[in-house]
Amino acid sequence: MPERTVTVASASGLHARPAALFVKAAAAQPVPVKLRIGDGPLADARSILAVLALRVEHGTTVTLSTGAEDGPAAHEALAALADLLSRDLDAEPANG
Amino acid sequence: MVDRLQGLGVSAGTAAGPALRMGRPPQLPPPRSVTSSPTEQAAAREALDHVGHELAERAARATDPAARAILEAQALIAKDPLLAESCDSAVAAGLDAAHAVHCAFTQQADGLRAAGGYLGERAADLEDLRDRAVAWLLGEPMPGIPDPGHPFVLIADDLAPADTATLDPARVLALVTVRGGPTSHTAILARALGLPAVVACREALAIEDGTLIRVDGETGTITLNATPDTTAITHPTATVTFTGPGRTADGHRVPLLLNIGSADDLPADAATNVEGVGLLRTELLFLGRHDEPSLDEQREAYTRVLRALPGRRVVLRTLDAGADKPLPFLSLTDEPNPALGIRGLRTSRTRPEILDTQLEAVALAAQAADADLWVMAPMVSTAQEAADFATRARARGLSKVGAMIEVPAAALRAGQILEHVDFLSIGTNDLGQYAMAADRQCGELADLLDPWQPALLDLIALCARAGKGAGKPVGVCGEAAADPTLACVLVGLGISSLSMSRASVSRVGVRLRQHTLDYCSSLADAALAAPDAAAARAAASTLATRNS
Repeated sequence: MPERTVTVASASGLHARPAALFVKAAAAQPVPVKLRIGDGPLADARSILAVLALRVEHGTTVTLSTGAEDGPAAHEALAALADLLSRDLDAEPANG
Repeated sequence: MVDRLQGLGVSAGTAAGPALRMGRPPQLPPPRSVTSSPTEQAAAREALDHVGHELAERAARATDPAARAILEAQALIAKDPLLAESCDSAVAAGLDAAHAVHCAFTQQADGLRAAGGYLGERAADLEDLRDRAVAWLLGEPMPGIPDPGHPFVLIADDLAPADTATLDPARVLALVTVRGGPTSHTAILARALGLPAVVACREALAIEDGTLIRVDGETGTITLNATPDTTAITHPTATVTFTGPGRTADGHRVPLLLNIGSADDLPADAATNVEGVGLLRTELLFLGRHDEPSLDEQREAYTRVLRALPGRRVVLRTLDAGADKPLPFLSLTDEPNPALGIRGLRTSRTRPEILDTQLEAVALAAQAADADLWVMAPMVSTAQEAADFATRARARGLSKVGAMIEVPAAALRAGQILEHVDFLSIGTNDLGQYAMAADRQCGELADLLDPWQPALLDLIALCARAGKGAGKPVGVCGEAAADPTLACVLVGLGISSLSMSRASVSRVGVRLRQHTLDYCSSLADAALAAPDAAAARAAASTLATRNS
């Protein structure tokens, strides 16, 4: 099962703008991606409510997974989302 | 219906136009029996899509970045797959589409509210989305601010931050609300936008849509069925042009300063057209932060403000947080009565290093720019607290150190406090709430929170007299300074500078130039002699009109 573990770099954790950017990016992927902290419950990465409910703080290590989906698309999706989480989205200017 | 209603004027200016009431949440009809689950499920999903799409479109049109972020976040929630699934299950359990949507959103909102904190604050967003989706399914008008395609006066029970984020000042002429007080969200927003506003007008919702009304945001009077000769619009910012500096008719100087949260709040022409900053709130830098902003980060933010105002006065207030304005890194425990708890300067009892870092950053910023930097502490209660703060600030080379007067005890001992500090700045919003024992959030008590309360004016007069005795400046930085007539009264009481939101400066400046300092003193005497707030306002306004 493809997985990626990454430390959340955004100053405010996965709340507000960083959470919205992450969920939008997850919804744009061709495969469904899940998010969890440690061995905690799985959250649908396309659901802003589920992502917020995880209460991911700055510096928390989270795991991204695609479940049964394997293959290049799954790995690309995980890489793209892991890259997003590893950046401090609060420090990046809003587009426009 | 009568032809005149009375509320509390909280943002000066007059405007007239057709009244329109804010859309109310839809009422659910009795449940229908479901004949086809797939049809109901499709209808529910279509409602969610429609609401998400509409919000995304409004987000794309929004010019204000803060408004756009709020709308985008709401659109994202409407499109949440969890909600769609939850609607499906509710239909499967026998509910029609409208009830299923209502049930799905309410469950989620209750869950968030139970979680509390940041998540709890999102519950109101979900309820707003729910009302939109249900209104769409029932074919009812969308709740929220109406969009009739022409300018109008908005009538509402009260306005929430999410409502006001999308309020278009080009369309909305004035605000009238049933609830709210002088320092409520509606009042502060109206002043920032330069819109006339009346709050605490109990019968406002009885005004029928389309009625031509005239709103006077200073006296709080609403005239119904206004005739064309009474509908002349005086937008507080549009028609008044004023270039400083602030002074009375006989040339007595009263600096008119700005209340700001960061350099972003300064106008582009600040270097030439702003006399200075009377209140730089530093919480903005700390809000939503889980850790304390670093020394460098703070120094940089303060330097930006100081560099924008070369040679001008900038009064910086140290961190004003507490259980009411929580900051995660302060890790304060919940208090039953946050307004009376660990807030303002009191947070330095347990976390002195946060104040020390801030003072260090302020001192470094002062060296990097040539503005005239003053620093003050919020929520000072005793002369000893003021002395301790002054010692710590001066140890870092800060030369102008002051105390805010928000606690009545501090106002009563203003003279003793001035033995230790260089200036005082009166925060009339908090001083009013503490003097009247009336919670600022409580709309029911708006009359007690009226800044014209003679008891509040007494406390201000005490501070001004102490300042005169010590030869030290005493300013006002609360919302009271934004009311043009009250501003003249404050000057008459001996207040040496006034600080307010940007939109109010012109009106206050123009009014101040109509009266001599002596005349301002007679306005102050008239207000102090009045038995209550309404009489004080009326007495001073009558005298002021006679002289203009």
